[in-house]
Amino acid sequence: MKKASTLSIATVLALCAAPVMAQKTASQGIDEYRAMLQDGNPADLFEAKGEDLWKKVRGPKNASLEKCDLGKGPGVVKGAFVELPKYFADTQKMQDLESRLVTCMETLQGFNAAEISKTAFGRGEMSNVTALATWIAAESKGLRFNLSQAHAQEKTFYEVGKRLFFQRGGPHDFSCASCHGEEGKRIRLQDLPILTKNPGDGVGFAAWPAYRVSNGQMWSMQLRLNDCYRQQRFPYPGFASDATVALATYLGVNAKGAASVAPAIKR
Amino acid sequence: MNKKTQLVLASLAAALVAAGCASAPSVAELNALTDKIVKASFRDQNHVKVERITATDETNRVCSEADVAGKPLDEKTAKRIEEANLKAIKWPSDGKFIGDWKEGEKIAQSGRGLTWTDDVKTVNGGNCYNCHQISKEEISYGTIGPSLYNYGKIRGVTDPASPASKAIVEYTWGKIWNAKAYNACSNMPRAGHMGILNETQVRHIVGLLLDPKSPVNQ
Repeated sequence: MKKASTLSIATVLALCAAPVMAQKTASQGIDEYRAMLQDGNPADLFEAKGEDLWKKVRGPKNASLEKCDLGKGPGVVKGAFVELPKYFADTQKMQDLESRLVTCMETLQGFNAAEISKTAFGRGEMSNVTALATWIAAESKGLRFNLSQAHAQEKTFYEVGKRLFFQRGGPHDFSCASCHGEEGKRIRLQDLPILTKNPGDGVGFAAWPAYRVSNGQMWSMQLRLNDCYRQQRFPYPGFASDATVALATYLGVNAKGAASVAPAIKR
Repeated sequence: MNKKTQLVLASLAAALVAAGCASAPSVAELNALTDKIVKASFRDQNHVKVERITATDETNRVCSEADVAGKPLDEKTAKRIEEANLKAIKWPSDGKFIGDWKEGEKIAQSGRGLTWTDDVKTVNGGNCYNCHQISKEEISYGTIGPSLYNYGKIRGVTDPASPASKAIVEYTWGKIWNAKAYNACSNMPRAGHMGILNETQVRHIVGLLLDPKSPVNQ
């Protein structure tokens, strides 16, 4: 399947590069390209890597992550993704999937959490965190988002996340809401999900991690938010910082009831 | 108020906050917490400094708060914000409003500049097509803003230099320079005011929209 999908994507890209396509309008070509993308998802490779990393004995403490508590008890993976971010009593913190994984990598395996958090996306242990997040998300495929708002911190982070979502700033006065505050809008040809409410199954928060065809990278939710802020012309949000976790809490709570399709495939 | 009273009041307030952890935090407390979290979470990257979001102006502050509250600005505040932005508009130094529409098209196409991955020397684009339909030829346009196709034609501009066109020419310059002068919480960036585009670039964009020869008005 991998080879076939790579080939078909390459073919479509080649077709798109040719400026004159007999009898075909540009938008038809784009629709076909989008359809072809659904052919096969290279995220499968990251999923397999993530599952392997979960079970593998690694790190200074020579341990696997199989006792990691993602919120539903030690070792429970299925269903964890659609309930994150949430409050964790042991760290006394609101954590998203990636932040929680780094905690487990430190406590169980002896890695340095601060070092991992400083690592660039796609490099070293950070790429392992992304692979792990991809597999863990895939284990909840089809399940519906249902974040807890029971703990006071969970409510507070939702409220902070809401404020971050509407925070206008930078030279362009952009906020998240500039692009994601209304239904049915686009940037160029890219459809923009509305994120102030549940935008539907597999859309917005329920689509990431996702494989990006345009750059051949696996993108976690942390990277998705990071790149949104980059395009907003905002300064750099720290990996798993309270701002990113609060924003994810706002998006996740709003996505209540949306079925997860993560890992998705994107242009 | 003497110092002693202030101290007593301060500790009383602290005690109330401590005792109040069972009840939900107030709007002011949530705003303060958000500010604190922003300061702790964001960092400078290359030429992009944290001040971009911690030192925002009143326009952004009141509009963000109105968005969170889910209701538009009250009329009085909106008017005050619009007046302040209108006053800040820099009109063309040589009185020339209309530039080269061909250059304007290039600026409208470009979304470059001012991100932390852009070189600081990058010539900024206008990002116009990201949100607006402009010429008919470009099918890859966004829909966050209204279509600007036939912008000048619809408004009856046959000669931008004519007195009859003066008001619309000035409005177009002003809108691009500082969109918040006409709509306090507009989604549109303040291209001139915030230094995204310079005077020459704004002139070219105005040309793209108003020159009868521009593809926009065909």
